[in-house]
Amino acid sequence: MTHAHNPAAPEGATGILVLADGTIVWGRGFGATGSAVGEVCFNTAMTGYQEVMTDPSYAGQIVTFTFPHIGNVGTNEDDVEADSPHALGCIVREDITAPSNFRDQKPFDQWMAENGRIGISGVDTRALTRRIREAGAPNAVIAHDPEGNFDIDELLAQARAWAGLEGMDLAKQVTGHQTQLWDKGGLWRLGHGYAKMEELEASSASSAAGLSTSLETNGGDPKFVKVGANERPHVVAIDYGAKRNIFRNLVKAGAKVTVVPAETSFDEIMALKPAGVFLSNGPGDPAATGVYAVPVIRQLLEADIPLFGICLGHQMLALAAGAKTVKMHQGHRGANHPVQRIGGGWDTTEGLVEITSMNHGFAVDGETLPDTVHETHKSLFDGSNCGIEIIGKKAFGVQYHPEASPGPQDSFYLFEKFVGGLS
Amino acid sequence: MPKRTDIKSILIIGAGPIIIGQACEFDYSGTQACKALKEEGYRIILVNSNPATIMTDPEMADATYVEPITPEIVAKIIEKERPDAILPTMGGQTALNTALSLNKMGVLEKYGVEMIGADAEAIDKAEDREKFKAAMDKIGLESPRSAVAHSEAQALEILEEIGLPAIMRPSFTMGGTGGGVAYNREEFVHYVRTSLDASPTNEVLIDESLIGWKEYEMEVVRDKADNCIIICSIENVDPMGVHTGDSITVAPALTLTDKEYQIMRNASIAVLREIGVETGGSNVQFAVNPKDGRLVVIEMNPRVSRSSALASKATGFPIASVAAKLAVGYTLDEIENDITGATPASFEPTIDYIVTKIPRFAFEKFKGAEPLLSTAMKSVGEVMAIGRNIHESMQKALRGLETGLDGFNRVQALEGASREDISAELARATPDRLLVAAQAMREGYSDAEIHGIAGFDPWFLARIREIIDAEQGVIDNGLPNDAQALRKLKSMGFSDQRLAKLAIDSVHVAGGAGRAVAGGHGLVHDALAAMAGATTEAEVRALRHKLGVRPVYKRIDTCAAEFEAKTPYMYSSYEAPIFGEPECEAQPSDRKKIVILGGGPNRIGQGIEFDYCCCHACFALSDAGFETIMINCNPETVSTDYDTSDRLYFEPLTAEDVLEILHVEQQSGELVGVVVQFGGQTPLKLAQALEDAGIPILGTSPDAIDLAEDRERFAKLVNKLKLKQPENGMARTRDEAVKIADRIGYPVLLRPSFVLGGRAMEIVDGPAQLENYINTAVQVSGDSPVLVDQYLRDAVEVDVDAICDGDEVVVCGLLQHIEEAGVHSGDSACSIPPYSLSDEIIAEMERQTEALAFGLKVRGLMNIQFAVKNNEVYLIEVNPRASRTVPFVAKAIGVPIAKIASRVMAGEKLKDLPVINRHIDYTAVKEAVFPFNRFPGVDPILSPEMKSTGEVMGIDQGFPIAFAKSQLGASAILPDSGTIFISVKETDKKVIEPAARLAEKLGFKIIATSGTADYLAEKGIEVERVNKVAEGRPHIVDRIKDDEVNLIFNTTEGWQSLKDSKSIRAAALVGKIPIYTTATASNAVMQAIEALREETLEVRALQSYYKASQT
Repeated sequence: MTHAHNPAAPEGATGILVLADGTIVWGRGFGATGSAVGEVCFNTAMTGYQEVMTDPSYAGQIVTFTFPHIGNVGTNEDDVEADSPHALGCIVREDITAPSNFRDQKPFDQWMAENGRIGISGVDTRALTRRIREAGAPNAVIAHDPEGNFDIDELLAQARAWAGLEGMDLAKQVTGHQTQLWDKGGLWRLGHGYAKMEELEASSASSAAGLSTSLETNGGDPKFVKVGANERPHVVAIDYGAKRNIFRNLVKAGAKVTVVPAETSFDEIMALKPAGVFLSNGPGDPAATGVYAVPVIRQLLEADIPLFGICLGHQMLALAAGAKTVKMHQGHRGANHPVQRIGGGWDTTEGLVEITSMNHGFAVDGETLPDTVHETHKSLFDGSNCGIEIIGKKAFGVQYHPEASPGPQDSFYLFEKFVGGLS
Repeated sequence: MPKRTDIKSILIIGAGPIIIGQACEFDYSGTQACKALKEEGYRIILVNSNPATIMTDPEMADATYVEPITPEIVAKIIEKERPDAILPTMGGQTALNTALSLNKMGVLEKYGVEMIGADAEAIDKAEDREKFKAAMDKIGLESPRSAVAHSEAQALEILEEIGLPAIMRPSFTMGGTGGGVAYNREEFVHYVRTSLDASPTNEVLIDESLIGWKEYEMEVVRDKADNCIIICSIENVDPMGVHTGDSITVAPALTLTDKEYQIMRNASIAVLREIGVETGGSNVQFAVNPKDGRLVVIEMNPRVSRSSALASKATGFPIASVAAKLAVGYTLDEIENDITGATPASFEPTIDYIVTKIPRFAFEKFKGAEPLLSTAMKSVGEVMAIGRNIHESMQKALRGLETGLDGFNRVQALEGASREDISAELARATPDRLLVAAQAMREGYSDAEIHGIAGFDPWFLARIREIIDAEQGVIDNGLPNDAQALRKLKSMGFSDQRLAKLAIDSVHVAGGAGRAVAGGHGLVHDALAAMAGATTEAEVRALRHKLGVRPVYKRIDTCAAEFEAKTPYMYSSYEAPIFGEPECEAQPSDRKKIVILGGGPNRIGQGIEFDYCCCHACFALSDAGFETIMINCNPETVSTDYDTSDRLYFEPLTAEDVLEILHVEQQSGELVGVVVQFGGQTPLKLAQALEDAGIPILGTSPDAIDLAEDRERFAKLVNKLKLKQPENGMARTRDEAVKIADRIGYPVLLRPSFVLGGRAMEIVDGPAQLENYINTAVQVSGDSPVLVDQYLRDAVEVDVDAICDGDEVVVCGLLQHIEEAGVHSGDSACSIPPYSLSDEIIAEMERQTEALAFGLKVRGLMNIQFAVKNNEVYLIEVNPRASRTVPFVAKAIGVPIAKIASRVMAGEKLKDLPVINRHIDYTAVKEAVFPFNRFPGVDPILSPEMKSTGEVMGIDQGFPIAFAKSQLGASAILPDSGTIFISVKETDKKVIEPAARLAEKLGFKIIATSGTADYLAEKGIEVERVNKVAEGRPHIVDRIKDDEVNLIFNTTEGWQSLKDSKSIRAAALVGKIPIYTTATASNAVMQAIEALREETLEVRALQSYYKASQT
């Protein structure tokens, strides 16, 4: 083991990852210089690195990409899930290359630098991933210095001093701070880009809701769609660190969306006259964010407001309903996770498997679900809970990311189900 | 949903013989399907005419029919076996087409057989271009714009829709003669005219040109609950225009954003749903415009394919096995992922490495064929390589090809060439195009320039440039002397051999003397080596080991390390240490282990037969209690199924790669030995390096193998054993040649070692002819001598396969060839048992076999070729290793001889192993299958140069019907009446007389050219005279083209007459008229036709032949 006591930098090493246990991983730095402290996780998706880096759920995390060539297609203004990257940095096997794609606007390393994010290349990411699999996601410092000068003791001290994600409320840091009507459009189409709001308004509810054959999604279910709705139901979306594609999917499914900050109160929400409330994904520990969010959700439930939660939103819905959440050993992060529809009530699609995008280090403990909650989805990888529905209410949540981006688009029906159920 | 219980028995159709475009990947898929469904308790009925397959091993199915795969024959099998269901998606296009025909004929309905996997409607929708296009329109997917025109005016209307550039293809011509790509209106009109002219139906297909677009494939699996998963995306490095089977491809796709990838994913799944592939694996191909991402569907295959085999090997997800289970009603979530053992098959594999596939070609075997790639597939095999980056992956693939490359070798013809020449070469899609691109970089071309001409995506070019730059670094500075820098080079995939070459180039020795000195010894060499860092492969290796730079082994786990991999399926990589040592996941066991070296990419002469032997070695040695470890790099094979051996390393078969694996395996347990005798020439070439490294070789020693191949050493042994070889000698001057020929006696066979203009080999009957040959055809010199062999005209050739354990020799198979000696044994048809050899001759061959086996100290298999002439046995060749005929012999006699031989090699005695009885009371005939229709312009004639890609077996009670079945299996439809054209060389006239007589008796009309006609007429056979091509029209080629000929017997000798008669054979090929180019085969054909008149073809399972012969 290379330990902090033996800090001779190999030649050309301009990047370093110092784990809290004293392990040092050398590499070549790219992107921004300096250092950042967070939790090291991995993501096994083979496409969509820019979406991953901008996903606010990755706040506080350093992403190890298991796919060796990252940066091939560069970056562009469209493939972002937030205004700026939220992941602290990334660790990759291969050096970042000049991009080759007609959509490219800026090389990945330049984009990282401009956004103040640190990367390290030249790392055996598979070995690191296996270590995370076996020992859990470690706290660490990632640092980049073009001269290769690192004060390893100092970096180690930082890594050790960091409290970790458990108990951390990061939603407050990444949420938008104003109440805003979502006007940035619908789903992306080749040759068109994101659908403009006026296009969406012009199209009928049926084609807007996935009956078209534009290949924008793969998982529409017409039975949820209310054909001929004249007016878009109003969805108030609580932003705990939401990915933009969620809003794009909601408007694609026919909703009018108002985004509100994480700490918006029940009364403020009700003042917006929502037909339904959406609970977004976000970073950090659901228990910590739940301190202020869960009471609001509980009130919404009591008021019989239809609810739909994704990831962190799903976890807090479960907390509000009386279940518990747990920190997972290694988390689920990738774009190939099978989720099965279970628990009856699915009609002919009971047992169907959706391939989903996942990004979570905490999960709802399926054992703690009260009688009032029905388990609707489970992970086929480890059986962990992936979806719940509150019995007798129009309130449900999923642990995974039906909005995809990156990842498979098999689960669009959830947006249809939510929006279609609003009046 | 559980499996179906309403079906009990399933008929699986195989793919038949190995042909270009349909190779052993269908044995891999078929074997998986048989295994999976048998495990589920179904009764499996299998039909496949190819005896060299694992799937036709008798234990793989309950009833195995090695019969021709024609609708009529399969209908008979259905009538006899009454299967409940038929699975048509495992045997390539052959199986799909056969199943469709059976459906159309009403056979399936009549016997109540359900098509599972894909139904007739779905297959039809996918295969019929118009229906497919309509289906794609319906789901909003674009297809390439295309239309058919029958006139110039119509074509010009179409032009308005399609635009330029456009591709013109005349219908129903071979190789697209007359067609082309039009970039302007003038060219368009030109090609429309030439195409309409060339097409026999006056029809031209006009396609929107997608040249330069990027090409992708998606491997999709769907179950009956409508769960759809993508197993793998594949990106072609070659842009559109090169058949995907001939393209260099990588997995996964590397130049797509997630948004584009998801569109392609959604589209692929939409295609399966729309076409109606209810369950199983399919392949969907797309073209993408690199300028704007416009996506167009090219085609889909509603079955497993070459690409699905590649995807299975690339990801560890066994598509065929899963597809077979889905076909009987399981859903994906009910099937376990074997690799993790903990997760279900309903997920999408994700990988953390790069896979490269490079096809292997055989243009050198087909003189006259231009090595140009197009939309018609021409490759005969492929190599797959895995690396942690594209550099490592590509360079491993290049050396795994075994075409003499050790990486991006220089293209010498282009060194210092003019820009015109380099640009012209870049514009040609040749098998070496990637090397040409690399050479162009060395010659100063920019990536943009190369992209502009050759169309490779700039991302791939930039990676190749990184390799070329790294090479230049070594050339400039010599080899690095520190571990980090050397590891960096190795992690880019550089082989030790490549590094040694580059190191030599780093020392600027005038006139290329560096290479000569580097190869030598002494002070100068030492000085050179010191300057360069190292100059030989061994020195580079020593330096690397000294610095502790060794590969580690990573697992192929379907999940990028998210879960633990249970199955040891591995590849090598050079990793930087991050937690102390570089992390190696090999975890060698403490068992007694045997390593089996595979055969590498398929090529003509080394294909599925050797893979069959390697698989059997794995099975047998595993049964004997050893841990079996397979090393191979051919993704099409059964041997590279992780299920075949206990441990699988997917690695190139070079000394370096193999030795590193052995080093790791020797860390724990006991390496009992390595099997090098089963994979053809590939592993044999490594035997010396293994021995030098102190690795035990199982079975016959490499020295004995070398002895058999060394002309002089072998001659000594033959003398010692008092055996007889055809007389021979080597001439370095004209006079020597004359002298040797005089000594041997005419006729002699002359073979130059340096060939001019295609006149490779000639049989000469006298001194004048010899003189002419020496003067016009060859260069005779000290460096390029001519081999002079006694020519045994009309000799009967015999192959013998035997096993020796040191105490005992057992002859397993004695195969009498149909074609006379002189035709490559791999291209000859042959029969077990022999059909015309006397007991004395057979006994003599047995005696000689025994003498040779003991003389060579054989332990395991050996193959001998004999020629018999005038009751005299001549020894032609001995190979103390597994031969191409082993699987055929095993299938014919019903004894797994490769398994028995494996156990003998591991030390067991024949007396303790199952009895080998070669005396069967039925007949098995092997026939070779040729790819001539893929190479327009090539003369479809048999010669000492092997050209066949595959083989079929015909099995029946007697020789004539067994032979007829072999012909039918090889797609030759023998006529039962009509006209036979006979034109034979002088020496064959007597030989062919019985065939002509029989033809007359059976009522065939005989036409013949003058010489043959005279001879036959003289013998009282009625014959019509027909003009030779040179004798004025109408001549014989006119008659063939007018469909007036149903069968052709045409034998020739000598360069001139070959040239004269080539148009006859070419016309026969185009008209699909059966043609036989030896007199002996012609006789066998007439016997077969006679037998077919008297009895109908009956089908019978292998198992019943074996049972009957054992009692």
